[in-house]
Amino acid sequence: MLGKLTFSAIPLDVPILVGTFIGVAVVGAAVLGLVTYYGKWGYLWREWLTSVDHKRLGVMYIILALVMLFRGFADAVMMRTQLALAYNGNPGYLPPHHYDQVFSAHGTIMIFFMAMAFMTGLFNIVVPLQIGARDVAFPFLNSLSFWMTTISAVLINVSLFIGEFAQCGWLAYPPISELKFSPGVGIDYYIWAVQLSGVGTLLTGVNFFTTIIKMRAPGMDLMHMPIFTWTALCASVLIMAAFPVLTVTLGCLSMDRYFGMHFFTNEAGGSVMLYLNMIWCWGHPEVYILVLPAFGVFSEVTSTFSGKPLFGYATMVYATLSITVLSFIVWVHHFFTMGAGPNVNAFFGIMTMIIAVPTGVKIFNWLFTMYKGRIEFHSTMYWTIGFMITFSIGGMTGVMMAMPAADWVLHNSLFLIAHFHNVIIGGVYFGYVAGMNFWFPKVFGFKLNEAWGKRAFYCWFVGFYLAFVPLYIAGFEGMTRRLNHYDNPDWHVQMLIAEVGVLTIACGVVCQLVQIYVSIRDRNLPQNIDYTGDPWNGRTLEWSISSPPPAYNFAVLPDIHGIDSFHTEKEMGRGTHKPLTDIHMPRNTAAGFFVGAFSFVLGFAAVWHIWWMAALGLIGVLLTVILRSNDNDIDYYVPVSEVTRDVEAQSRKLMAQAAE
Amino acid sequence: MKDKILPKMRRLLPVAPAFLLSGCTLDLLEPAGPIGLQQRNIILAEAGVMLCIVIPVIVLTLIYAVKYNAKNKDAEYLPNWSHSTKIEVFIWGIPAIIILILGGISAWSSFALDPYRPLTTDTAGATHAPINVEVVSLDWKWLFIYPDQGIATVNELEFPVGAPINFRITSDAVMTSFFIPRLGSQIYAMAGMQTQLHLMATQPGIFHGEAAQYTGRGFSDMKFLTHAVSDDEFNAWVDKVKASSDTLDAESYKNVSAPQEAAPVQYFAHVQPGLFDDIVAKYNNGVVIDKSTGQTLHVQNAMSDMQMKE
Repeated sequence: MLGKLTFSAIPLDVPILVGTFIGVAVVGAAVLGLVTYYGKWGYLWREWLTSVDHKRLGVMYIILALVMLFRGFADAVMMRTQLALAYNGNPGYLPPHHYDQVFSAHGTIMIFFMAMAFMTGLFNIVVPLQIGARDVAFPFLNSLSFWMTTISAVLINVSLFIGEFAQCGWLAYPPISELKFSPGVGIDYYIWAVQLSGVGTLLTGVNFFTTIIKMRAPGMDLMHMPIFTWTALCASVLIMAAFPVLTVTLGCLSMDRYFGMHFFTNEAGGSVMLYLNMIWCWGHPEVYILVLPAFGVFSEVTSTFSGKPLFGYATMVYATLSITVLSFIVWVHHFFTMGAGPNVNAFFGIMTMIIAVPTGVKIFNWLFTMYKGRIEFHSTMYWTIGFMITFSIGGMTGVMMAMPAADWVLHNSLFLIAHFHNVIIGGVYFGYVAGMNFWFPKVFGFKLNEAWGKRAFYCWFVGFYLAFVPLYIAGFEGMTRRLNHYDNPDWHVQMLIAEVGVLTIACGVVCQLVQIYVSIRDRNLPQNIDYTGDPWNGRTLEWSISSPPPAYNFAVLPDIHGIDSFHTEKEMGRGTHKPLTDIHMPRNTAAGFFVGAFSFVLGFAAVWHIWWMAALGLIGVLLTVILRSNDNDIDYYVPVSEVTRDVEAQSRKLMAQAAE
Repeated sequence: MKDKILPKMRRLLPVAPAFLLSGCTLDLLEPAGPIGLQQRNIILAEAGVMLCIVIPVIVLTLIYAVKYNAKNKDAEYLPNWSHSTKIEVFIWGIPAIIILILGGISAWSSFALDPYRPLTTDTAGATHAPINVEVVSLDWKWLFIYPDQGIATVNELEFPVGAPINFRITSDAVMTSFFIPRLGSQIYAMAGMQTQLHLMATQPGIFHGEAAQYTGRGFSDMKFLTHAVSDDEFNAWVDKVKASSDTLDAESYKNVSAPQEAAPVQYFAHVQPGLFDDIVAKYNNGVVIDKSTGQTLHVQNAMSDMQMKE
């Protein structure tokens, strides 16, 4: 009846998990209780959960990302603490069975549910506003993407309390991920969570590609687009090209596991290296999917706070495009150690190094944007400068490993771990946090607290070096990744320093939480509230409308004549005199939520081989899609009277603030 | 605030590595063989070339951050300046030149240090005839077969200083990577496949060896010691192994290959000839390719009873 699921799948014998469960249950009950107490269920359902408004979906994505950051970071602290303790015969406090799940979950969650969700959230909030669109091309698909991502995140966290998670790393290399070596449900949780969230990501890619190509404001050529939009476009192209590869790869793995096939088994002609090639054919572009939008954020931030246009706009665009193309021909550098011939190794080594050229160009672009500027040291600029320093080092260590001869000793060592955290924390994460601080007032109409923002930066910046410089050194000492315990005294020193580093970063995470709390508490103080919609003297279209923007974003669609059009408009005298009209908008729908919910049922049931329940989930998904397809009431018009009222209200606010 | 804190941090930076490195052995920077030595030189050269650009970038970032701070009203401000062909040629050119240099080293070293390229007695430092070792990674231990000596060990590797070692590597469990950091390159061990690695120690010592690719719950103890010793000591060691009461054939291999965590060192006085080929062949319907001649051999498999379970 319940497939493989029995009561013993609930890990009551692991105190850490029981404690976590109680914590999650208490917080969950408190949140639900508060919503009920304030009678906000209807509001939440109508205005948020069923919303197709890209700004609200963006906010929900980022909330999801922050929750997942918390989870993934808790994993990181557990790992570092285990390695600080488990030295010279001390087994530490995490046995391999638990520890291996922790490092697998850390990677999976941080990439798929923290970084990807954060990135998609920023896309949602920023892209339509930057190109002067009223929503994305497919608003319902956008809501569906969000729910697919969210239920996958829930599914992966359910594995904490029911059953187990994968114990073979975040990419589930075979043959250890095959049934013969991992008979448990951990890998199945991994496969289903990543596959279902992959649906959401692929749809996001399609959605934003279409939006950017088809929905730009009149007059906005491709070469007039803000850099963040350019990076979103390139990331969308990469998503569309790369994610199907991931789906097929994990599809083959699940056929091995569910139907006894042998794509990647040791036996019967299966090929382990086929999996490695396929997964990295997705995996390397994925790195650029994450980091390109971060580059976009830094471009916007540097230009805005230096009070100058971005240096070398065209160069930046071409650099981004070349990275997009090159990212697909470097994947073998993840396994130079498989024993390929020198021709193959040399080719992929050199290709990888070539990527450093456009990336280096970008760093110079930001540098020369600062040059002869008037730099306002907003916290986002701190993150940017921290990034430029950190990422240069990360890029350097990356090129070091791109050399096959060097990779043969650095592969799988902690040097590698330090390298990719160097670029993912120093590049991706710093970028996304800068983006959050930068666009927060656009979404909510008040600024994030600066003092706490800067404290968070210092903790992250210093903590990063404390946590990862020791790992670089441990790599040189021959320490490999994923060790559970060790007895080398040299390594122990590094592990202790890294523990201090991770605790420093923990302070940074706390500062970020305090920052959000303090900002919400002080939101009505005059220095925080923003009526103008343009708190930073911005240059691109999103700053030309009120904060928060109305659901339809732009009362009239702006006409664009060049790069940084809003800045030009401010210089030349602003305002467009097109008449207001009725505005065509998509109606909210619960279909995305239900497709997500049924997909969750499908995924959970498939993990545990509860076939009747899986069928039920699948039928639910299909039924919801059919019903949605037959629903003709999917749009409405905002009457011109309401648009006029909004516009007048905004001018009154502007005049009131100007009078103060 | 920034003006006060950044300089302070910069003052601390040079101190940090000294603190971190005091008294540590950096295996990769203190290689004990020619392969590792060249790899160390390549790593240092790469770092050196790139620091030529990374350090100026970091310094410029900090200088510009201080100099063009909005508070500094004396600094020149060009609110519309965003293009300079000279600078753009420079910013594409400099990284391109650096990558040209590194790309050259990359191409050369991929051939020169190819793990498949045998070290011969002509190699500098080689004073001894080559030694063949067949490596089988198991859950969670290493089996080393010395086909010429007819002996085998678990989790202990020994060879004379100055002897080029020809490793043939396979796996009879999950995939992993065979790595002795102080000697140089690692290479994957995969079931049904055979990879090759050629290393040499030019100084005596005990070097730790490890599985560099995660293999499951016993991974952390999947380690072995490598002894690089004098000729006499090596011969004495071979005799010691030959004095063991254990032998390795298809039957006893079943016990040896059973999963075991933190496996102790074991010696086998005699090894059934062709055992390594049998282990490779059992995943390939009894076929194994002789890498030295490129010929396909059909192994009449002594292990047919332990063929694929699926």
